[in-house]
Amino acid sequence: MAKSNKPIVWGLFAAGGTVSAFVLPALIFVTGLAVPLGIFGDDALSHERIYPFVSHWFVSLVLFGVIVLSIWHAAHRIRITLHDFGMRGDGMIGTVAYFAAGMFTLGTFFALSGM
Amino acid sequence: MSRKPYVRPVARTTWWLSKGRYVRYMAREVSSLLIAIYLMVLIIGLMRLSQGPAAWQEYMESLASPVAVLFHLIAFGFTTYHATCWFNVTPKAMRIPSGDDFVPGRLIILAHYAIWGVVSLIILVIAGVL
Repeated sequence: MAKSNKPIVWGLFAAGGTVSAFVLPALIFVTGLAVPLGIFGDDALSHERIYPFVSHWFVSLVLFGVIVLSIWHAAHRIRITLHDFGMRGDGMIGTVAYFAAGMFTLGTFFALSGM
Repeated sequence: MSRKPYVRPVARTTWWLSKGRYVRYMAREVSSLLIAIYLMVLIIGLMRLSQGPAAWQEYMESLASPVAVLFHLIAFGFTTYHATCWFNVTPKAMRIPSGDDFVPGRLIILAHYAIWGVVSLIILVIAGVL
């Protein structure tokens, strides 16, 4: 039988889905709604408070894990969803989706390691 | 093979509009696109954060624009919907033996919601403190 890398890939996909479900609703609510709308006060997530927190190695590591697992999970699902919407050319779509996920991963790494 | 199997005609781009459950399926799948956009915005935020207070301030002001708030509202709605749907079917994927029987499905669902609540609370508390 041909050797398969599917167990690893599916494991990461499942991990990405789990992280997306447990973490993303609250994260979207905080960064996209509560803070911009001033629910936590006007200077919530001010630079002098958020920078030391995010640049701590442990928080950086957790953020990196959450973002990277979620982005690879989303990339794979976008590939499938575009097929569901009638788009054909799975090879091309897959390549673009995973390339974008790779770019997002690099972007996250450099943003966090630059702190 | 001389037989010609019957192939049911399916509208390639609009098939999912024909049934409520298909629409709900697509609503869950579309959350992946919204998540990708959200993560892009978040990564840009991390880059701006590393560039200093002025860049961060600009980023925070752009997040307060009506378009950004509307996008996050939609993304929040779709991801929350998808998360609840997924937690509700977890017993189908998890059959945990317990004595002669299995752990009741309701308990497995409840455990997921409990973890979800704790994780969300931690994120909210951190945001409130910072």
